Amino acid sequence: MMTDQELLAYRCENDHLTYPAHSRCPECGNPQTETVSLADREATVLTWTTVTASPAGVREPNTLAIVEFDVDGQAVRAIGSTTDAVETGATVRPVYVDTLRDKEASIRLSGDQPWEGYRFEPVE
Amino acid sequence: MDVAVIGATMTPFGQREAWIQELLTKAALACLDDAGVGTAVVDQLYVSNMASGEFEGKTGVMNALAADIGLTPAYAQRVGQTSASGGAGLYAAWQSVASGASEMTLLVGGEKMTHRSTGESSDIISSLTHPVEYSHGVTLPSFAGLTARAYLDRFDVPRESLAEVAVKNHANATKNPDAQFKKEIDTEDVLSSPMVADPLRLYDYCPVTDGSAALLFCPVSVAKQYTDEFVRLTGVAGATDTHVVHEREDPTWMRAVAESGRQAFEMAGCDSEDIDVAELHDMVTLLEPLELEALGFADRGEGWRFAVEDRTTLSGDLPVNTSGGLKARGHPLGATGVAQAVEIYWQLLGEAGKRQVDAKRGLTCNVGGFGNCVTTAVLEAE
Repeated sequence: MMTDQELLAYRCENDHLTYPAHSRCPECGNPQTETVSLADREATVLTWTTVTASPAGVREPNTLAIVEFDVDGQAVRAIGSTTDAVETGATVRPVYVDTLRDKEASIRLSGDQPWEGYRFEPVE
Repeated sequence: MDVAVIGATMTPFGQREAWIQELLTKAALACLDDAGVGTAVVDQLYVSNMASGEFEGKTGVMNALAADIGLTPAYAQRVGQTSASGGAGLYAAWQSVASGASEMTLLVGGEKMTHRSTGESSDIISSLTHPVEYSHGVTLPSFAGLTARAYLDRFDVPRESLAEVAVKNHANATKNPDAQFKKEIDTEDVLSSPMVADPLRLYDYCPVTDGSAALLFCPVSVAKQYTDEFVRLTGVAGATDTHVVHEREDPTWMRAVAESGRQAFEMAGCDSEDIDVAELHDMVTLLEPLELEALGFADRGEGWRFAVEDRTTLSGDLPVNTSGGLKARGHPLGATGVAQAVEIYWQLLGEAGKRQVDAKRGLTCNVGGFGNCVTTAVLEAE
């Protein structure tokens, strides 16, 4: 089963970095051979929304953000729910959450679906 | 081989008692009647549908339809491309005729959704997302909220301009007897409706809808044996974008719309300036300006001005979503791309009633996911 416990970005031999993983690098088509953990890094909020009409199994309201990490000068983005209200441009850090949504109430059964992962918390 | 469309129908969109099979059957039979074509000459059947299995536990709808309306042993195939299934059906139908494999192809699109709660419907639709999106409860409306904030900030766009899209499409739908909402609204209605995905509100979004639509395709040479009243499908192309939306370099640029449009225009030998009327995929108000930009009708960051300046109304220089669009005609997923082409067919043949505009060439753009897969088509009056 795929897990998202480490918030891993993946790198190919041509140094392209993606989150999440791909079987082949979207930039160059090569296999991804290295991982970089994003879990202990800070990121910047690029945009956000607060959803007040959630699907079955999901908290409401649900604030979501697209964030950008800077990994040694290389940008890599992720999407995730947030622990609190956020603003565009704010700095956030990942915080591990063992249940992001209710598996039993959700339609997806796939074994590659993680139910735990990281929310983004504003850094004071 | 030049491909003609010789019949077009849709069932009234909205909340319907009928289930998927009956919806498909009604549109299919009405389309054959409209064209005056018997079932015996239909070589191929395509059924555009996103999720009948998930919505009502029914699969194999293409075979069931073929058998029910007496098309067997005709080849039958279901076309699934999420909410772009209808547009993908146009492409499949075009391929079947242009290749010479079929001399008469029936395309039927349909979806039955309203028996599910909004939360259930939303989960079925958002099951197209990547696992790292799905785990956080990301939905299609939430992508729209995220992208709208970026678009409004980056191009200094007034929030009200998006509301104008909904107002215009609702006004058009009052002239469409098959539309789900036949009610005028104003910008204040949009801006005071409940928040769905900040900054977007309920009236920025299309409703949940039941409905079906159908088109009949054949070579132009065959069309002439039946009627003088037909249109040509002169361009059709599809394209994809990233599955994970945050991987797009610029989230406000609909790359698959641009690519499918570029190819469709090239095939039709025309450009955006040659289009007289368009049906765009306004699943949310935001998508109408973004598609206007990606298809080359508007400059980057300027698409929002079209609705504000009344350029896309029935009397504007580029009427968009004369049917009411997904916003007000309704959005029964698999039916939508087919219904878009039905509207253009009616516009080109002068059969659009009170919403008739002057048009020789029309365009449809059908979007799956949040721009994940797109089909654009160009239709022309004979």
